[in-house]
This record gives sequence, C-alpha cells and structure tokens, in this order.
Amino acid sequence: MSDRLTLLRETIERVLPEVEGVVALKQGPGGIVAPHLDLPSRPAELEALSLWPKYPVPDTLKIIQKAHPGAKLGVVCRGCEERGIVEMAKHAQIDLANVQLIGLECVTDEATFCRCYKPFTAHATTTVGDKIEGVPDPLADAFLAKSQEERLAFWKEQFLHCIKCYGCRNICPQCFCNVCALEDAIWVETGRLPMPLPPMYHLVRAMHMTAKCVACRECEETCPAGIPLAIQFRLMARDVQQMFGYETGAVIDQKPPQLLVLEEGDYAKTGLPH
Amino acid sequence: MEYRNVLTTCPYCGTGCNFHLQVLDGKLVGVLPAKGHVIADGGMCIKGWNAHAFVHDKERLQKPLIRKNGELVEASWEEALGLVAERLGKVKADNGADSIGILTSAKCTNEENYILQKFARAVIGTNNVDHCARL
Repeated sequence: MSDRLTLLRETIERVLPEVEGVVALKQGPGGIVAPHLDLPSRPAELEALSLWPKYPVPDTLKIIQKAHPGAKLGVVCRGCEERGIVEMAKHAQIDLANVQLIGLECVTDEATFCRCYKPFTAHATTTVGDKIEGVPDPLADAFLAKSQEERLAFWKEQFLHCIKCYGCRNICPQCFCNVCALEDAIWVETGRLPMPLPPMYHLVRAMHMTAKCVACRECEETCPAGIPLAIQFRLMARDVQQMFGYETGAVIDQKPPQLLVLEEGDYAKTGLPH
Repeated sequence: MEYRNVLTTCPYCGTGCNFHLQVLDGKLVGVLPAKGHVIADGGMCIKGWNAHAFVHDKERLQKPLIRKNGELVEASWEEALGLVAERLGKVKADNGADSIGILTSAKCTNEENYILQKFARAVIGTNNVDHCARL
C-alpha cells in the first residue's frame, strides 16, 4: 500500500507544474478521507495524500470544471472513476480535453471489497500500481441462482429497507440531470410523504442508469439500509452489452445507446419486444 | 481556484453523523459522506444530504423581523433583542418565571444548548427547558 502511495505522490508532483490543480484524496481530521484539489502553490498538502476509501471523484472534477471552464486539471482515478469520467464526457458533463488522467490501479483487497469486474484503467497514459484482473461478484451470482419469483421477492424485501434518503441518487456522478423529478414541487408536496414508493423509485432510477452506470458502487456504499444496488446495475450492464454492444466508459468515441438514432433493423437486433 | 472538503457534524439532529461540506471558491456547493466515520460510516439521511442547502438560499433570513401593525418589518439585532428582553421581563414580572418555557433545538451545538438552559435557570429562573430531539 505504502509503495503505491509514494508512487502516486511522486506522480502528482510531476504532473502538478503542468496543470492548475490535481483532484486526489486527502486525509483530514480523525483520519477521515475526502476528495481535495491539490494546487501547485501548496505542494505540502500532498503529505496528507490518501488512496482509500474511494470517493466519487468524477463528480468533484465536474463541480470544479463547471466553475472553471478551460482550467487544465489532473485527476487521480481508479478504473471505475475513469469510466465515469469518460461516460460523463460523452454526456457533456466533463471536458475531457482539459483533463489529465492519472490512473490508480486497484489492489486485490479493494477489488474484492467492490466485487469489481474491471479494477483497472484503460485510458490514462500515466498510471500507478500494477493492473490486476477483475473478481467475481458473489452477490450477483447468488442472485442469478434464484428463480424469477425469488428474485422479485428478493428486491421487494430489499426495497422495504429503503429510508428514502436518496443518497444513491445524490452520490452518483452519473446522476446529473438539471431537472430531477424528485425535486419537482408537483411530485414532492411540502408536508406530505414524497412519492414514489421505494420500489418504484429504485426501478425508475435503475432505468435512468441504463448504459450510464460504471459500477463504481458508490450508491451501494452510501446506502444506510445496506441495499445491494450494485447487483441490479451489474446485471443491467450485462444486458446493455448484449443488446447494444455497449460498455460504459470503455471506448471514448463510441456513442452511448441513448444518444444513437437506430437505423432500420437495429431495433430488431436488440432482441427487445416489439 | 480552490476546492476542499470540511469535515463537520450534521446540524439536523442529535445523532451526530459526520459529513463533508464541499467548499468551492469559498462557497458551499454540496455535502459528501464521511466514509469510515464512527457514527454513520459514509451514510446520511435525507436531511444530512440537504444540510448545505439553506446556507446560501436566497430566502434565508439575513436580518431579524419584528411584526409591526400586522406586518413583518426588518429590524436591527439591537432592537429585536431589546424587544424580546423587555417582553420576557414583563411576562416574568406579571405572571412569574414559571410562566415562561424555553425550547431549544437539536440543531444547536452542545454549547448553545448549555447556554440556553443556563439562560432559563439563571436568568429567567425556571426549570421549563426542553428541546425538539426529545420527541
């Protein structure tokens, strides 16, 4: 771990003079880690550089870039975060031309914690750490072993635990609509319990995340009720790949299916019902 | 250009969840969970997730208001606090200290709540002190 940390610090020190700032993790009070913008004028802050726990840094990058368009920024990103940045660039949320990706390859413990199928970067030209292969997702495998009825019962039970904090929406870097139905006064009337019911909310959000989720698992991690949301997103990613040949964040110049106009006959190829 | 996260305690209830306030160029732009913190370990409820929203809200009161002839009118802190002290003094003189109760809030810090109970007991002279977190 410490080797990777030293290497990352040296890499950032090398990149800092070429950019206006580098988004990386920093250890704060009580050892609690958070994203931070390291500036060339304050190199001493790199002393508190940290690797883990991971945070939704694509969102941090977006926040800074929107306020400072044109600023050249570096960002330390893991495989999932890199996919997130690429996917957000496709949806005009991040200007990739002004971003220098510093890839941070995950170690086995981290990949196992995240049940990650792809714990490595693909686009960053500067990387730190050794690439490892993906690990299986035992929760998704156990889910797939269930019958259709058992699967429905599983999600119904899981969604009962939802406390409607909407943390899964708030933390998701890919949830960037300017207008969200959850903030519409028509749907969320003051003084009344907000609609929709938890199962409906989660299923609608799942549809919104189709071909956008990059499996960073931040939603699942922040869920106070411990709902294993990554299972549904992993299986949806599988379906999107099968139907549209699309993998989120994998190829920079491949248009996501939501932005494609289907040519004649393309729809039939998806295997979706007519 | 500056972006940093400030670790703090959620002001909305007494549980004590910690989170980060995202500060961009001196302005509060959002909250982030505090992973690994002992209370909520990276989780938040809907109040915590929106705890930053009121700070720069355009409808947030910046000055005290006093109702004059049925209408709320902006006033100085000196005038507002003077009026409160005068009226509390009158209620106490007319009806006794126990005709006054002090309601404090879980949104206050421990120190603020301490001051309020001290105010109730030592200044007003009553034990009528309660707070919203005891619901």
